Amino acid sequence: MDTTTAAAERGITRATRRKLPGWNEYTPTIILFLLPTLVFMVLFVVWPIINSFELSLYQWNGISPTRDYIGLNNWTRLISDRVFWKAFGNNLIVVVLSIAVQMPLALLLAIMLERTTNLVVARFLKTVYFFPMLMSSVAIGILFKYIYDPSFGPLSQALKALGLASLNRQWLGDPGIVLYSIIAVICWQYIPFYMILFLAALTGIPEDLRDAARIDGANEGQYYRYIAVPIISGTLRTAVVLSLIGSLKYFDLIWVMSEGGPNNASELMATYMYKKAFPSFEMGYGSTVASALFLIVMGVGLITMKLTRRFETKV
Amino acid sequence: MGAIRTLRNAPLVLFGLIWLLIAGVPFYFMVITAFKGRFELMAGGSVFAFPQNPTFDNFRDVLTSGTFFNYLLNSVIIVSVSVALILLFSSMASYVFARIPFRLNSTLFSLIIAGLVIPLHVTLIPVYLLTRNLGLYDSLWALLGPYVAFNLPISIFILTEFMRQIPRELEDAARIDGAGPMMTFFRIMLPLSKPGLATLAIYNAVVLWNEFVFAFVLILTPQNRPLPLAIWEYQGQYSMNIPAIMAVLTLSALPLIVVYIFGQERVLKGMMAGALK
Repeated sequence: MDTTTAAAERGITRATRRKLPGWNEYTPTIILFLLPTLVFMVLFVVWPIINSFELSLYQWNGISPTRDYIGLNNWTRLISDRVFWKAFGNNLIVVVLSIAVQMPLALLLAIMLERTTNLVVARFLKTVYFFPMLMSSVAIGILFKYIYDPSFGPLSQALKALGLASLNRQWLGDPGIVLYSIIAVICWQYIPFYMILFLAALTGIPEDLRDAARIDGANEGQYYRYIAVPIISGTLRTAVVLSLIGSLKYFDLIWVMSEGGPNNASELMATYMYKKAFPSFEMGYGSTVASALFLIVMGVGLITMKLTRRFETKV
Repeated sequence: MGAIRTLRNAPLVLFGLIWLLIAGVPFYFMVITAFKGRFELMAGGSVFAFPQNPTFDNFRDVLTSGTFFNYLLNSVIIVSVSVALILLFSSMASYVFARIPFRLNSTLFSLIIAGLVIPLHVTLIPVYLLTRNLGLYDSLWALLGPYVAFNLPISIFILTEFMRQIPRELEDAARIDGAGPMMTFFRIMLPLSKPGLATLAIYNAVVLWNEFVFAFVLILTPQNRPLPLAIWEYQGQYSMNIPAIMAVLTLSALPLIVVYIFGQERVLKGMMAGALK
């Protein structure tokens, strides 16, 4: 018995230390167990990305059997495409407003829920707050299309009841405000997500710290400001990165509520890509927009990761 | 003291109540309208008022039109098959990454995890063309490949972390008893990973249940589309019949809300799985 254990242990350590490049008893398992994942990832993620860049060099309607190689023409077109840059700018507005609105509100709600945990009401609040996360974007988009209806929608009725009828607008029809109307709904949908994320982080802080802070004379506000929020800064950072990347590739609600209109006023990179590739049958140019979106998201992702990591070491 | 604390909490609680209105009123409007007659809404009167003659007609119309259950079934089928495959493949891969040292281990793991940041829409055009070439275009099964592939990175990431934290003693014992790596995986790792798998199942099910873009692009025929697209169809079909549309929205949101109310903590944990760690 002892000798077998020793032998087994030696077997493990040998495999670990030398990391044998050749065949061993684990090889069949490694191959068999990784194969399905690798097949799916290569077929539906890796190859499509490469293919996207390849297609960006062609002019093709997606139907005809032949496609014309046009070199970098699609890319030069993209660089001078006003609609694409408008969409890119809109994406940036979504990024900035999502972070600026969602993070503080979600944090306040999380703090409120944490301070009132003992009350039965808090449980009820938490339940209702989370509902928006359970609905599909399509359902939310359609619901808010009716809520925003300027003639009989609840929003216009509420404004009228409050004597603010003059504030009523064509919420989704006015190019000047359509993007902001939809961003409000995006925030409505995602605030609960970040709220629960922050709540989990806050409740994870050991009680001793709060007690210690209280003994030192800190009030609740000071506890959150100087102790709790700095402690959960890692979670806050994760949330900012998630929101940033999510906003850059956003599609759903914009597509359901305005299809990027009116007149490209709420166009995003992803909706523009869809429009070019499918309704306009420009697979080549659509792929160019897709590839640009890919480069932008990956670039921003890398930069933020670098920046936040540097930030991390500094603190 | 208690009174003072309450008073100091007042602004926060007030904010909480305002948010309750903001989060709750759209749902209130949706449900209340679903019980109204078609012309009640048009007749003027407040949209926030209770229905004059509450009616189930809208729900009955939607449910008996025959197509709703078809969409529901499509969603149940594609989501459950996808989730089952995701759990199987990711647990197999995670076992290798967590337990078997080999030369490419960390390289492959990092490559798969890089999939977390990739914007899925980039793959939309090539996946559409691929689906057409595979002869899967316009069928429910067109969604299987993308659904599984896009959720593997996050699932493998979470599950590998989970498996790394499982103590090795049981595996070592099994090894001594002569169990090979496969047997160890099925008899020991898989049963011990149940809590992690449950979290992942919920996370993936919620994400896929509400997925929109791929279902929208890869399936054209209404009968083959999953539930989120059904709402899209109904919007055209009932156009100005707002109570009927609100009934569709209510019905489509119901399954997840019921599951959530009964298993709140589990659902929350599952939905946060993607963000925590």
